Amino acid sequence: MDLIADHITHRFGALDVLHDVSFTVGAGEVVAIVGPSGCGKSTLLSILGGLLQPSSGSAQLRGAPPPESLNPLTFVFQDFALLPWCTVEENVEFPLLHTALTLTARQSVVADALRRTSLTDFRCTYPKQLSGGMRQRVGIARALAVRPAILLMDEPLSALDSQTRELLMEDFIGLLADGSMGAVYVTHNLEEAVRLADRIVVLSRRPGRVREVVTIPMTRGERSGLQAREKLLTLQNDLWSLIREEAVDAEREVQHA
Amino acid sequence: MLDRADDSAGSPPTEETELRPVAFRGAGFAPKTGRYASWIALVLALGGWQLAGSTGLVNSLFLPTPVATVNAIYQLALSGALWQHLSWSIMRIGSGWVLGTLAGVIVGFAIGLSSLARSVGITFISALFPIPKIALLPLLILWLGIGEEPKIATIALGVFFSTAISVYSGVDAVPRNLIRMAQSFNVPFHSIVRRVIWPGALPSILAGFRITASIALLLVVSAEMIGAQFGIGAFVLQAGNLMQTDQLLAGVVILSLFGLAVGRLINWLETRLLHWR
Repeated sequence: MDLIADHITHRFGALDVLHDVSFTVGAGEVVAIVGPSGCGKSTLLSILGGLLQPSSGSAQLRGAPPPESLNPLTFVFQDFALLPWCTVEENVEFPLLHTALTLTARQSVVADALRRTSLTDFRCTYPKQLSGGMRQRVGIARALAVRPAILLMDEPLSALDSQTRELLMEDFIGLLADGSMGAVYVTHNLEEAVRLADRIVVLSRRPGRVREVVTIPMTRGERSGLQAREKLLTLQNDLWSLIREEAVDAEREVQHA
Repeated sequence: MLDRADDSAGSPPTEETELRPVAFRGAGFAPKTGRYASWIALVLALGGWQLAGSTGLVNSLFLPTPVATVNAIYQLALSGALWQHLSWSIMRIGSGWVLGTLAGVIVGFAIGLSSLARSVGITFISALFPIPKIALLPLLILWLGIGEEPKIATIALGVFFSTAISVYSGVDAVPRNLIRMAQSFNVPFHSIVRRVIWPGALPSILAGFRITASIALLLVVSAEMIGAQFGIGAFVLQAGNLMQTDQLLAGVVILSLFGLAVGRLINWLETRLLHWR
């Protein structure tokens, strides 16, 4: 199943946020969206996931989702969006409650999602008792439980400390390794983008337009070696020089707002 | 191989210099409830009050002693009058509170969830909420007769507005990201209301219950003072008219104990329902 951004333009009142944004996320492909602050990255993700109606253009799906998928487009939120009154297990089960799954099937799916995210021992814990990294793991387990075709990740690591970010990044790489699941990964962190993505969509400052689409010339499996890391660093620097000037302008704009 | 810093880098200076402790500046702004202080203060206040009455410092007609007040409660309980008055008040408070709360929760949720109900409802609630509800009692007597209905309706009205406001404020305060999360999983509307909005609004709703319980108590006493033969309000008024101040204070203490019991009940509900906070 492909996800297509088809000439998406969006305004909030008089404020132009996105202008004529088009690109395609192929099945099993990971596309990162980067750009200066306020360029409409999160707005674009909300439109792609059907949580916001664009002023013009549309988000389209091409092809059927995998038959086992209960929610083909599934978000992983920056602020985790966990129900504080539910335990870890109940949070993961939450999106399954209105599906046709039987209780036994639900329990099995939840147990599998908790196992994949190493949360089995924490299933009876409440979110307030967990660290930020663990909370995001619960968010990931909840997303995995509905077997998504495409994960829509809105800066999922930005609220976490650097060590936890590194650990979760490794988890993401592992989860996306087999290509059964695609992802749109919104981030302001270029290192995360080059490590995880197959392609990177670079947006201009507001109103966000597609400035460039950069393809990473190696598979995720090939990115761990020293030579590959050097190449990725060069790529990261190239990306930074591409958006640096606009990022500075955007920052000034925020300061003067 | 990592370069290691010299081991002496973290040691205190070897020179003979005067060491001064860093002054602690973090005290205060964290008041705590002492375990015995409140009881000791209560005993001291009651003791002082009793002493002032027993020694004739204060005329017991104007301020009966605690012992006289307790004795009056005991006599009321023995005669059966306490239960008679209390049961009428509890019936009125219970009926009025339940009716007002049910209506308030329904209207509050409607305002919190529907644009139409919000547009219409908030205007009416803003206009009618400030009216002292006891002022409507004569009108309600005219409409509903002189039985229990106007008293119950007065309490229900008082409870309704505060409940509606606390419910829609609670619904408004439910984090939008949780609702968007549920929508992103295609959770149906009714399930979002039941599993996200209701528990999310519950802290505000329970806080509203605490306020409406006080409103109900206030209104039942006022309504019973205006037009009732039985009830704690009627009893207090009657005692006041007959200058039976020990009976009057007994009524006040009973009201206070009733309020405390309701407060305890709401505390228990909060502990049970909001354990996740």
